[in-house]
Amino acid sequence: MRDSLVKSDLVKIKVENLNFYYTGVKVLKNITIEIKKNLVTGIIGPSGCGKSTFLRTLNRMNDVVLGAKAEGKILIDGKNIYALDVDVVAIRRKVGMVFQKSNPFPKSIFDNVAYGLRINGIKDKNYITQKIEKSLQDAALWKEVKDRLNKSAFDLSGGQQQRLCIARALAVEPQVLLMDEPASALDPTATAKIEELIQRLKEKYTIVIVTHNMQQAARISDHTAFFMQGVIIEHGLTKKIFTKPVNKITEDYITGRFG
Amino acid sequence: MRFKEKVIHSFFFLNGVLVVIILLGIFALLVFTSIPAFKEIRLSQFFFSGIWNPDAYVKPAYGIVSMLVSTFLITFGSLVIAIPLGIGTAAYLSDLASPRVREIAKPIVEILAGIPSVVIGFLGIVVVGPVIAKIFGLHNGLNALNGSVLLAIMALPTIISLSEDALKSVPKSFEQASLALGATHWQTLIKVKIPAAFSGIIAACMLGMGRAVGETMTVLMATGCAPAMPQSFLDSVRTFSSTIAIELGEVPYNTTHYYALFAVGLVLFIITFMINMASDIILHQYRKVTK
Repeated sequence: MRDSLVKSDLVKIKVENLNFYYTGVKVLKNITIEIKKNLVTGIIGPSGCGKSTFLRTLNRMNDVVLGAKAEGKILIDGKNIYALDVDVVAIRRKVGMVFQKSNPFPKSIFDNVAYGLRINGIKDKNYITQKIEKSLQDAALWKEVKDRLNKSAFDLSGGQQQRLCIARALAVEPQVLLMDEPASALDPTATAKIEELIQRLKEKYTIVIVTHNMQQAARISDHTAFFMQGVIIEHGLTKKIFTKPVNKITEDYITGRFG
Repeated sequence: MRFKEKVIHSFFFLNGVLVVIILLGIFALLVFTSIPAFKEIRLSQFFFSGIWNPDAYVKPAYGIVSMLVSTFLITFGSLVIAIPLGIGTAAYLSDLASPRVREIAKPIVEILAGIPSVVIGFLGIVVVGPVIAKIFGLHNGLNALNGSVLLAIMALPTIISLSEDALKSVPKSFEQASLALGATHWQTLIKVKIPAAFSGIIAACMLGMGRAVGETMTVLMATGCAPAMPQSFLDSVRTFSSTIAIELGEVPYNTTHYYALFAVGLVLFIITFMINMASDIILHQYRKVTK
């Protein structure tokens, strides 16, 4: 069943010769990769290899960092998001992001999810209410919070907060979902819930997930890219990377000889 | 060793106690010196009459309402000017200014707080007053509006500096979450950062207000000091503090007038005390939430 899905060949994101600098230091070197539609692409690699930086180039979140500079092309649906005439805000609406540490706003659960809709100028209360229910359901949180939507988001547990952040990202109807180690701060039960959720979400979204956890990458991703020192060492089907890696370094890393 | 430890301990303990004693002493002085005033002045007259005329031969009047209104008028006016300007500047410094600009601008703003009030009052007489007189076609510009402008200038450093601290302490993760949802910097500032820093900003404004309420010299110099009920911002006003400053130096010792001025001081003390207390409570609440 998984193999049939893996054969999906529609390319959602195409990265071509991407170089990325932080105040002159090259942190991503000549990255070229295709990310397929409706699949989960896992990004693995040792700390400081540039995997989070890479993820953040996909929605231009790096733009806010002082002295950050990108060269090359990232095509989403064939359009270069680093082209001069591109509206960064529009890209971020299309490419949602979930962060390593859950970061709900100090607002109610309802207002957290409604935030993305409201900043888009949506005022229709009925629509917002429906959309919130839908997003919370998609994020598998609805049942747990439906009776306390007006309570502070900070009253939720860590895992619930992270699912709330996912719901918040889903509410603006992105096409791509970027996840930066979304389960690294969670306990095993909460992690399992998030992983299950990711499996369901890929039917609708293209997902790119950075993870530090080798088993997690093996469990949830269809494709895996292995980064090291700002370079992609190997990229391909997860099954292949984890069973028959071509590169010796990849093998050493996934078998836990370093990292 | 143990002995030395004890000496040091009690030294610092006494220091702490001393401050409290001084504060209570001031309060007690105000209270006990105020009480004799009410042998001759009825409380209802003191608190509800708008006429302050202690020097009258026949019927001296001791009503504080006009001073109360004056004080609130210029305080309110100064806040209307200082709050938007202060929050705007704080937002600029925390969000938009380059690190270089911030490093230069913030200390300058803080130094502003150290300008002696008499200098600000001078500014009111020679700059703000004539400008107001010209704009509104008045004989002179020594009125409530002038006082409000000057007090706004004096409250700004406090409001800017503390609001900027509050905005700066909003976790970066909120900003990132907002931007990642496709919000602009402006939306992020208005809808996430300012609400998250709200109690800090309120506290900053309250402290700024505390300064404005009790300020004496500036108001004394720039507001004309007519002890009458003000009708508008263009009227000359006389606050609690300027009344005390003007009259206490010349009042005969141990007269009703003398005691009445202490009562005025007590009222002022209670007002500023409550403002400071309220801002402290809000600030405390805020620290608890962000931790």
